[in-house]
Amino acid sequence: MNIRLNGKPCELEAPMTVAGLVEANGYRPELIAVEVNLAIIPKNAYSTTELSEGDVVEIVSFMGGG
Amino acid sequence: MNQMKDTWKLGGHEFTSRFILGSGKYSLELIRACVENAGAQIVTMALRRANEGGLANILDYIPKNVTMLPNTSGARNAEEAIRIAHLSREISGSDFIKIEIMRDTKYLLPDNQETIRAVDALAKEGFVVMPYMYPDLNCARDMRDAGAACIMPLGAPIGTNKGLATKEFIKILIREIDLPIIVDAGIGRPSQACEAMEMGAAAVMANTAIATAGNIQVMAEAFKKAIEAGRLAYRSGLGRVREDRADASSPLTGFLRDDEGEA
Repeated sequence: MNIRLNGKPCELEAPMTVAGLVEANGYRPELIAVEVNLAIIPKNAYSTTELSEGDVVEIVSFMGGG
Repeated sequence: MNQMKDTWKLGGHEFTSRFILGSGKYSLELIRACVENAGAQIVTMALRRANEGGLANILDYIPKNVTMLPNTSGARNAEEAIRIAHLSREISGSDFIKIEIMRDTKYLLPDNQETIRAVDALAKEGFVVMPYMYPDLNCARDMRDAGAACIMPLGAPIGTNKGLATKEFIKILIREIDLPIIVDAGIGRPSQACEAMEMGAAAVMANTAIATAGNIQVMAEAFKKAIEAGRLAYRSGLGRVREDRADASSPLTGFLRDDEGEA
């Protein structure tokens, strides 16, 4: 299954939830927000949100800024 | 006077520090010392695509009692700013958001009209909306009417350290807008921050002035002291300026000579 993750193509070998994607990429959930097809996924829904072919996923966090 | 309580409010939250510290362009390792030396209670940050796991994150370095103020940098219109605000709230867990909308990457000047639209939408959702703006009285009034918690006029273009280039227009905002006026962007030296506070600004935001200083932590402290000094001067009321002649501070009688009186 192919999705876009942070602007780049990303191939997933098996069906995956948002929680699985977050864990597979080593993100710490308390530091990020996840958006799938422009909708924010609440943290308590990561494990129940299945990703689908063509989903556009953004995983964002804070950086230094003014 | 400096023992008297002197607090200010943003969206119902009370602060004693009037120095909002940016966290960009310097090492995460320095942030804690900077926040402490600055006495800052509010620290700004930006939202970006996350680096993959294992890397240091700014939230590991910000003291827990500090209010996080995410900005919407990168937004080119109100819709993008609103999207960034929503994502930021998901991480920060708070409603504070600094609106930054720019169409221009050379001068990074804020788009006041789009900013007004973003303020309107986000204030209706309950955000504490802090708009970075070009100091225009009409736009500031529109932002106030749209529910802004403060107004953040630029002193000079972002990151230039050029100081209070827009001084006269910021003074007008301070006089006419009954919201905290926070001078944001362009402040390069403690003396400029002090002057902004003497004028009656509620607070000053600085980042590049500190990030590009010779000693980042020491400059954070210098800004803290300058902002406190300017605030005290404002509360005191400045002494008057006399244009036409000098005005002796020492008595003009009792000189050790026989021709008494003024020369």
